[in-house]
Amino acid sequence: MPDFNVLLAGIPAELTRLVLALIGLMAFIGLNGLALVWVERKVAGHVQRRPGPFEVGPFGLIQPIVDAVKLVGKQLATPAGADKFLFWLAPLLAFLPIFLLFIPIPFSENLVGLNTNLGLLLILAFAGLNVLALCLAGWGQNNKWGLLGAGRAVAQSVAYEIPLLLAVLAVSFQTGSLDLAAITAKQGPWPWQWNILVQPLAFFLYFICAVAETNRAPFDLPEAESELTAGFHTEYSGMGFGLFFLAEYANMIVVCSVATVLFLGGWQGPIEPGWWWFLIKMYALLLVIIWFRWTYPRVRFDQLLNLNWKWLLPLSMVNLLATAFVVKLFA
Amino acid sequence: MSNCAATELTGDTYTRRFEQGPNQDTLIVNMGPQHPSTHGVLRVIVELDGEYILRAEPVLGYVHRMHEKMGEVKSFTQYLPNMGRVDYLHAMAWNWAYVGAVEKLGGVEVPERAEYLRVIATELNRISSHLVWWGAYLLDLGAFTPIMYAFDDREIILDLLQIVTGSRLTYCYFRFGGVTADVTPAFVSGLKEFLQRFKSRLPMYKDLVTDNIILRKRCEEIGVIDVDMARRYGATGPVLRGSGVAYDTRRAEPYGVYDRFDYQIPTFTEGDAMARYLVRIREMEESVKIIEQALEQLPEGEHLNAKAPKPAWKPGVGEAYFAVEGARGKIGVYVVCDGTKNPYRVKLRSPSYCNLSLFAELAQGVILADAVSIMGSLDLVIPEIDR
Amino acid sequence: MISQTFKEAVTAVWSMVVGLKVTGKNFMLPQITVHYPRQVVTNLDTFRGHIDLVVKDDDPFKPKCILCGQCENNCPSGCITIESVTREIPAAPAPETAPPGPEGEAKPAPKPKKVKELTRFLLDYNLCSLCGLCVQNCPVDSLRFSRDVYLAGYSRGEFEFDLMETLQKRGKK
Repeated sequence: MPDFNVLLAGIPAELTRLVLALIGLMAFIGLNGLALVWVERKVAGHVQRRPGPFEVGPFGLIQPIVDAVKLVGKQLATPAGADKFLFWLAPLLAFLPIFLLFIPIPFSENLVGLNTNLGLLLILAFAGLNVLALCLAGWGQNNKWGLLGAGRAVAQSVAYEIPLLLAVLAVSFQTGSLDLAAITAKQGPWPWQWNILVQPLAFFLYFICAVAETNRAPFDLPEAESELTAGFHTEYSGMGFGLFFLAEYANMIVVCSVATVLFLGGWQGPIEPGWWWFLIKMYALLLVIIWFRWTYPRVRFDQLLNLNWKWLLPLSMVNLLATAFVVKLFA
Repeated sequence: MSNCAATELTGDTYTRRFEQGPNQDTLIVNMGPQHPSTHGVLRVIVELDGEYILRAEPVLGYVHRMHEKMGEVKSFTQYLPNMGRVDYLHAMAWNWAYVGAVEKLGGVEVPERAEYLRVIATELNRISSHLVWWGAYLLDLGAFTPIMYAFDDREIILDLLQIVTGSRLTYCYFRFGGVTADVTPAFVSGLKEFLQRFKSRLPMYKDLVTDNIILRKRCEEIGVIDVDMARRYGATGPVLRGSGVAYDTRRAEPYGVYDRFDYQIPTFTEGDAMARYLVRIREMEESVKIIEQALEQLPEGEHLNAKAPKPAWKPGVGEAYFAVEGARGKIGVYVVCDGTKNPYRVKLRSPSYCNLSLFAELAQGVILADAVSIMGSLDLVIPEIDR
Repeated sequence: MISQTFKEAVTAVWSMVVGLKVTGKNFMLPQITVHYPRQVVTNLDTFRGHIDLVVKDDDPFKPKCILCGQCENNCPSGCITIESVTREIPAAPAPETAPPGPEGEAKPAPKPKKVKELTRFLLDYNLCSLCGLCVQNCPVDSLRFSRDVYLAGYSRGEFEFDLMETLQKRGKK
């Protein structure tokens, strides 16, 4: 493993490391986005007793690439009366901050973009930028349905951040640090040494909030096809829609990665710890999220907010208090 | 007077007439005519205050195909294929209503075996219609898999009915004096297999959907229709039975051989979308029971009266009304004959028309998502409304 | 009150798990769709295709049709048009050994027979609703449903059939 702490021709080591990390992450997210599109459609197909994509390439493996080419080739139509600047800023703002979210996540002991002791704070802070992107998308479209969808999306995102934060805080209380590498290191290689057994309620709450934050079913009201045509991305065509689409999958990967690090032991594993364990656990959680989408109907909007304020928030506060209590008394 | 410049510039006559209320902060939105969950070509103009509906008005006529006019220019026999297309999901019931009216007018007798075959075909069609409703309703609510499971079962029904009638959707199976073709042994054995399989599928639907907390929250206490309201609008079928009135045309005004079967009329008193949902699920179970009994009691005989009228037949001068219990409610056909070879008037009473008229009142004050749920629970087929 | 809410919450969460089990199980089950055109459905022998003429038992080029016009008159969509020609078949002369009439003169020559022959049976399949009234009401069962269901074309004209033409082509084969 090359030593990145050595100055490279006068450029600060940290900067080199960050740039390399960003390039690596772009490749990672791009490939994963394509792979997830395929996995989602295949899982959807098999749950519905049909094949999913199978014409384009063996087992439909080339389908996502063909879809990407199709999206890139479409006309970038701006609707009449739309605010051009905001309209086209929104997908960029939805997609670009994702890279920032990945930088503190430790894929393995040495494979981390930025070794910082505030990794968790960084992630939670930048996750909020997604809300701004939704706002701009909804307003800039000049479409009533889009506006409704964006309004819902903003309320949902803002609401579900709080129990997410509290659940994550419980874990960091227990570990005593916001550093993701430290949280991973404190767990052991075997499943009974992972945080999920110590904090099952936190994991449960975190997972539900993660599904809601990424606007996935059953919380996918902002893009409710059958009610609002396509919600906040109604008017987007071609790559504008493609960026939102990619951003959604990238967000899913982020929340699953954070869940893996916080609750499932990160890169630690029984026989040979490394980045492969990280990826296995992350993909398992992604599969569960995809599974949810094809099983449940949509939750109504006010019920979604009720669920948050009346159930998730009190439970997460109780969890946090209990954790603080236990940590203070027995640590 | 509409003060909204936008509607003056872009609205059509309906939008312009749909005046904005005194509060100018409301949105006037069109749901449809192209919309994924209006079950056909229905347009609903909705005035929204944020997410809440202040007023909703359905605009009809986008699928008006002049069926009643066609009844006046075609002869009695030539009108038969039209009936399969009015409500294509329960085509057998519409067939029966028209054929029953003309038989009543002309005094044509139907052999007993044909009566039983009519019952079997209509009940099978009812099950397939309810399966489509179930799948489409859940699709509106955002669940993408139950429709696939429902269509899996429906495929078998369509294949079975294809053996007998040759068609899969728009059946023209009934004739004056019986039915077109008799059932084959392949049909009977396939039907028995299907009934067994279907009985084992219903618990799976209950597990996946009916007991699911998300669905229950979307359907319970939504769109409550009390008995008085249902009566005022002339609602029939599961909409009425979900409000507590045990009125089923098969029992109230028996036709054919329905009085020989032992079946329940599922009724629930809550009047919400969940009640209507459960009525239809239970109705599928009852249809299975009726088909089993009909298969057991199926007598020997002919499938079409030997003295069935020839195509250019005219029933005597007069008028007749025949009502049938369709999947959506009470289907009525009123035929007037004045001695010429075409009917003088064919009036089609479609249940979805009256059920839709409930929607304008039900949708006031509800969230848009609930309006979608209510419309789905009313089980509308828009071509039947516009005819 | 608290225990009631708690019980409801547990039932709610359990119903979600049960739903996951159902879809999980279905994920493992085989597919039920038919991958047309690599696979085809096998129950088409009862499916109604467009109508076809039925030939006489002894002559594969002549349909059983007696040109009564029932199908044409009863079709709800008016898609059948029958074209025919009337031909005169000269009658056979009376045999020489016939006994003479009561007045002694020869029997009058028999009148030539007029026979209607079907030349074209036009079916405008664009309008047909497959109701079966023509097939059912043919007095000599000269019409039946074909199994020709995989029809596709580029224009409406391709669906205006002349059933006599197809019958002649079939007879030649």
